[in-house]
Amino acid sequence: MPPYKEQGVVLRSIKLGEADKIVTIMTQGSGKVRAVAKGIRRTTSRFGARLEPFTHVNLMLYRGRGALDTVTQAEILAPHRAIREDLALFAAGETMLEAVDRVAEEHERNVRLVVLLLAGLRALEARPNDPAAVAESFVLKLLSLAGFHPSLGACAVCGAPGAPLWSAGHGGAVCRADADRGAAPVDPQVLTVLAELATADLAAAGRGLAADPRVRRAARALLFGFAEYHLERRMRSVPLLASTAP
Amino acid sequence: MAYEGPIQELIDELARLPGIGPKSAQRLAFWLVKAPPDEAKRLAEAIVRAKERIAFCRECGNVAEGDRCRICRDASRDPTQLCVVEEPTDAATLERAGLIKGRYHVLGGAISPLDGVGPEDLRVQELLDRVERDGVREVIVATNPNLEGNATAMYVAALLKPLGVRVTRLASGLPVGGDLEYADEVTLSQALEGRREM
Repeated sequence: MPPYKEQGVVLRSIKLGEADKIVTIMTQGSGKVRAVAKGIRRTTSRFGARLEPFTHVNLMLYRGRGALDTVTQAEILAPHRAIREDLALFAAGETMLEAVDRVAEEHERNVRLVVLLLAGLRALEARPNDPAAVAESFVLKLLSLAGFHPSLGACAVCGAPGAPLWSAGHGGAVCRADADRGAAPVDPQVLTVLAELATADLAAAGRGLAADPRVRRAARALLFGFAEYHLERRMRSVPLLASTAP
Repeated sequence: MAYEGPIQELIDELARLPGIGPKSAQRLAFWLVKAPPDEAKRLAEAIVRAKERIAFCRECGNVAEGDRCRICRDASRDPTQLCVVEEPTDAATLERAGLIKGRYHVLGGAISPLDGVGPEDLRVQELLDRVERDGVREVIVATNPNLEGNATAMYVAALLKPLGVRVTRLASGLPVGGDLEYADEVTLSQALEGRREM
């Protein structure tokens, strides 16, 4: 197979054998790609820091016979270094990378997802005051892109305004008539916070947001419970995000 | 199943080892079968002995014969300097270089949210207890210079600094023996930030 060129963001890397790694990259043209970077863990590897998570890279790869491609060259377009040098930014960034990894399909082009991810990373790179709000706003936008936008006011089933209950399975806020067995009462303030985060510009997410930590925590729990329900996976980065967030 | 009886059992057991595939397991199994009986017996005994006698040091978390490792037992080591590493193999690498005059503290991994490893899964509380109890003055954070290692270093430093301890991190930059031409921007910028007066 001839080598091919791509650009994308490194989502994660796992160790392989003695000195190699398997890197997962969200690429612009080929969707999610998993590729082997040979010898990358050696101190003299020519890859250096080029394939560290968060890095936006230009790549040369060749297709493998199995599920894994091989990276032959990498060049940094944006290192997003600030995210790696602050724990709160790192926690928010990891949540973004994990959410993208869950939604993206291998070798299925999804340019809007790449654009959203780059916008999210740029917003974090600017060192916002509330990185967790940027991550939460990002996850809401990503859910919308994946077709799981939660209803945050009107009933998700009948559209009646001011729905007082929440049901992840029914798609968000629900009225009493449409509630399923798993529906639970939801604080209207929590829905307001989520609605503000859903519509906020990523770079400005969190600015002027209701500061009550109790409401923020409840909104976070509701959002990630909803995301986990629809993405059918546990979000492992949430505990660290919660520990660094307001 | 290509073989039957003990040879297949041996291949299956060897294939469970990390980095050993079915082909390698088969090669090793046949080598052991053909080897003189003493050789196979020595290997088997070494494995059993290691499992029986090796534990983790209650002080530093490194591998040890007994409840404290050789380095923690050595009174000539500086008790006020601690070098924090991810794994016992990292401590062994630093020890081979003979540069650390103090003792080690093995965390048992690095913070990696996507792998489900959080700070509570590492030996961080033991580190804080040790620093307070032993009057440690400097903690050298020698976690790997990658994303997870850096996050762990930041986390540990944030907890240690309020205790009034000097917290340092191993320098990152150009590898000795490498070519500048192949250096990436992140490594280069760290090398430049860490440049020294000549």
